[in-house]
Amino acid sequence: MEIVRSQKRAPAVADVVSSLPLYRSAPELQVRLEDFELFAIDRLRVLKGISDGLSRGKKPDEVETLVRDLWKSNMSLPQASEVIKKDIISHFVLRLVYCRTEELRKWFLSMETTLFRYRFRLLESSEAQRAVMAEFDLPYKAVSHAEFENVKEKLIQVARSIGGQSVPNADTIFYKVPFEEVPELVAGRRVFILKGYAYVAMNQVASLVVTRFRSHLSKALVLTNRKWTSTIRERETDRLTPIVESLSTSYLGPDYSQPREFAEISLKDIDQVAKSSFPLCMRHLFEKLREDHHLKHGGRMQFGLFLKGVGLKLDDALAFWKSEFSRKVGAERFDKEYAYGIRHNYGKEGKRTDYTPYSCQKIISSTPGVGDHHGCPFRHFSEENLRAALGKMGVGNRPMEDVMDKVRNRHYQLACTLTFEAVHGSSCDAGINHPNQYFIDSQKLLQKNNPTS
Amino acid sequence: MTGEEAENGRDDMLIDGCEAEPPQENTVPDGFNANYLKVYYGKLFPHYDMFRWLSYGNDGKHPGCDQSYFGRREFSFTLDNDIYLRFQSFNSASEMEKSINEKCPFKIDIGPVYNVDPAKRHAYAQGGDNGFTPMERELIFDVDITDYDDVRYCCSGADVCLDCWPLMTVAIKVIDAALRDDFGFNHILWVYSGRRGVHCWVCDGKARRLNNEQRAAIADYFRVYKGNENSHKKVSLTGQGLHPFLARSYTEVLKQFFEEKLLCSQKLFSNEERFEKILEMIPDESITSELRGKWQESRRSSTSKDDINVVRWGQLKQMLQSGRQKVQGLRRCVEEIVFSYAYPRLDMEVSKHMNHLLKAPFCIHPKTGRVCVPIDPDRCEEFDPTTVPTLSKLLGELNMGVLRSEGNDEWDKTSLGKSVRYFRSHFLQPLLKSCKEEIESSYKAKLQESKNSLSCIAWSLEIITLESFGGSKSFALLKEIRVLHLTSCREGGKTSPKSGTGQDARKDRKSGTGYTGSPKKGGRGGKYTWAGVDGYYSQAEIGFEKEPLDAKDPNFEDPEDDVVVKA
Repeated sequence: MEIVRSQKRAPAVADVVSSLPLYRSAPELQVRLEDFELFAIDRLRVLKGISDGLSRGKKPDEVETLVRDLWKSNMSLPQASEVIKKDIISHFVLRLVYCRTEELRKWFLSMETTLFRYRFRLLESSEAQRAVMAEFDLPYKAVSHAEFENVKEKLIQVARSIGGQSVPNADTIFYKVPFEEVPELVAGRRVFILKGYAYVAMNQVASLVVTRFRSHLSKALVLTNRKWTSTIRERETDRLTPIVESLSTSYLGPDYSQPREFAEISLKDIDQVAKSSFPLCMRHLFEKLREDHHLKHGGRMQFGLFLKGVGLKLDDALAFWKSEFSRKVGAERFDKEYAYGIRHNYGKEGKRTDYTPYSCQKIISSTPGVGDHHGCPFRHFSEENLRAALGKMGVGNRPMEDVMDKVRNRHYQLACTLTFEAVHGSSCDAGINHPNQYFIDSQKLLQKNNPTS
Repeated sequence: MTGEEAENGRDDMLIDGCEAEPPQENTVPDGFNANYLKVYYGKLFPHYDMFRWLSYGNDGKHPGCDQSYFGRREFSFTLDNDIYLRFQSFNSASEMEKSINEKCPFKIDIGPVYNVDPAKRHAYAQGGDNGFTPMERELIFDVDITDYDDVRYCCSGADVCLDCWPLMTVAIKVIDAALRDDFGFNHILWVYSGRRGVHCWVCDGKARRLNNEQRAAIADYFRVYKGNENSHKKVSLTGQGLHPFLARSYTEVLKQFFEEKLLCSQKLFSNEERFEKILEMIPDESITSELRGKWQESRRSSTSKDDINVVRWGQLKQMLQSGRQKVQGLRRCVEEIVFSYAYPRLDMEVSKHMNHLLKAPFCIHPKTGRVCVPIDPDRCEEFDPTTVPTLSKLLGELNMGVLRSEGNDEWDKTSLGKSVRYFRSHFLQPLLKSCKEEIESSYKAKLQESKNSLSCIAWSLEIITLESFGGSKSFALLKEIRVLHLTSCREGGKTSPKSGTGQDARKDRKSGTGYTGSPKKGGRGGKYTWAGVDGYYSQAEIGFEKEPLDAKDPNFEDPEDDVVVKA
């Protein structure tokens, strides 16, 4: 009987990123059908996380951390070999999913390339990096010590002219590469060139590797698409095709269904945060909830999902709503009638759909009736009430007129944007399209001005 | 001077009139017309030297030669009446000479070497990678003095004088040094454009095989000046130091040129309009207002004997370098000013595309009558555009020469002789030597590879049988057979025409040039196929009738547009 040691150790970061597959050819591996979908979903989370991070303008160091964390949280498995297997399988499954239209291909190519770039950067040892380089047929010779001494002055000059680089010393590895193989570096005068050879620093090699990876994947995607449309889709109609087709239609665009790190709020923060960062619609709902200890269905949906998007965990949410509602209807009735709904919102009941918070468009188009407090105040409030509410938010007289002007012309989202600008004292170029976006932007601004908070 | 008088040859006016007066804009200079040109092409234009250059050793004398090479080069002729003929090609020197003599083009442009004879381009699809594409093309640069009009005050537009011409000299020095020292190129030809600029032809094999992206990268490497009328500061040298290339250009060429020549010849500080332009480049109000104050005061008083421009430049430098470098943007201000005035300004578009056409050396410029002669980069300071031989001068000399003893080369009796001799000794000979070596070594390598394969025994037999045919036909046939056998042998030795993707050339199943051995488009020459010597399908078979002149082609020139012949 084979005795299997329990592999309880947590995979170290080194294990997770040490072997960097290049996805050159489809693996000869056996995959269970469940894993087919699950692995893909996990990888998709990583890619989506990267996408969100990039669209929020994270700097390279932040992205590097993000990639490491995303990878660790979504792709870890007890054995390193299993991680590689999952890595490869999930990549190829997603290739099938994302090869089918130009837009999907573009997105996938972009995210996979970014993922690859940072995983390459995270490779612990330079041997590992050189191994990858060799795989890409970049058989560059490292510059010998003697030669390095000869050109050291010039290499230092180049490093200083680029700026932000550490000055090369005896330990820095340089590669001697024919200049025509590194056109981007030549064009930017980011390398020293002598007699037709460019002296490329190790960190610059990464860009070469990534370029090759990208071009290879790009071609592969087109080929995969051809194969998919010609043979695979037909053949797999009962098995893989439905999975593939459903995978790509979910997770489109930042939908705030995943809470952001800095946006996680706890119950005790909620009051303060409501005053500073909630958009008017949510402030109103919050105030009414505090006041009446009750909200009707529309309000519960709109506000509840907003809180979920903002980062309130299920347990906290239950506690929050319970604390308000129990004052009116009692704890027991709350558990019986309302708790289920909240759990449903978080995807824990019924068909387990993880509902996404409503966008402005949806809120504006809703129809609040008697006793309702949801909807968009800029649309649904009378001018008088709106002015009062805005005044309470801290909107001054001048901006108030601008806002009212927009409202009269039925530009509700622009009105909200102007409100944001008036309250925070800075411009919001993107415009408000989603209450959670308002919240996040507001928190970002506040954190920028007051980093310690 | 009329045509008849020139042909007379004994007219005194003709001889005296050889002295070049600076030709005026918009008047046809004396001596440029079709008849003169005909004599020039007939007796002086170095046809055979051009052929030797552009065949790069593929003259058929070595079994490793590519017989089709010269025939795949595009030429374009601009005729009288602005008729523009593209996609001209010739299979031999004599064919080219004949065509030039017959058509007497006012301008000859040289284009790339395509994968097939341009005359047969219709047979190849428009779309797809290897329809009709350039395979080789010299790396070229074009510097035109009109791009410097915002920094030269002596002339403008098409005029050039000895005060502003040195800007071209500087351009040659900076670029030539970088091409040789940085990029490792050796076979570089600089040519006077005939009126107001210079062209550079880099002819190393490696350079000819660069793709568009690589050419663009080199052009960007050289690019420093990035402005137009709307921007004040057009040169921005950020970073804590200069790249070694820029640093070397500055210390070895630009600084001295600016301070010792340009300052005074262009009188850069002599009046308000001129010094304001320089002050605009300094991002520090306190410094600029101080300098402005100083200079406006001393407008009329000049106590020192030194040139006012030198003095003011000294003052400016002192203020900028006196220790205020801490302020951002001032650090490299002095260098930025020097660069913006003196650093070469290239026409990026010329260099970036393989299919760009460029005027051939030894043409005559229609507006000036001057010959596009080569310039020796090592002695470029001695070059004087105002003394370049003109068509009329040459013809005059030729006529005089009739009185002397007959020699072999007509041009040797004229001022053109010097240029042709330079072209041969300094450019052509070393180039051809290197080309022959390349052909020889890759041929040997191929032979070596073939020896390692069983089918090569059969191949050797066929060489022996075919050699008896002789001539170019045998080599074309030989190529076909070689392809049959080499598809099963490992490709070795011969470098792929596509650089940078060495291993991909092997996997690339699409047709390259004749000499990769992979199957040709249309299946010609693939394994187990035989398509005869002239294996190109006729247009009818393909069913392709599209006119390939594409308006989106970057080199497309509407004949109506080509009224003014560019330098």
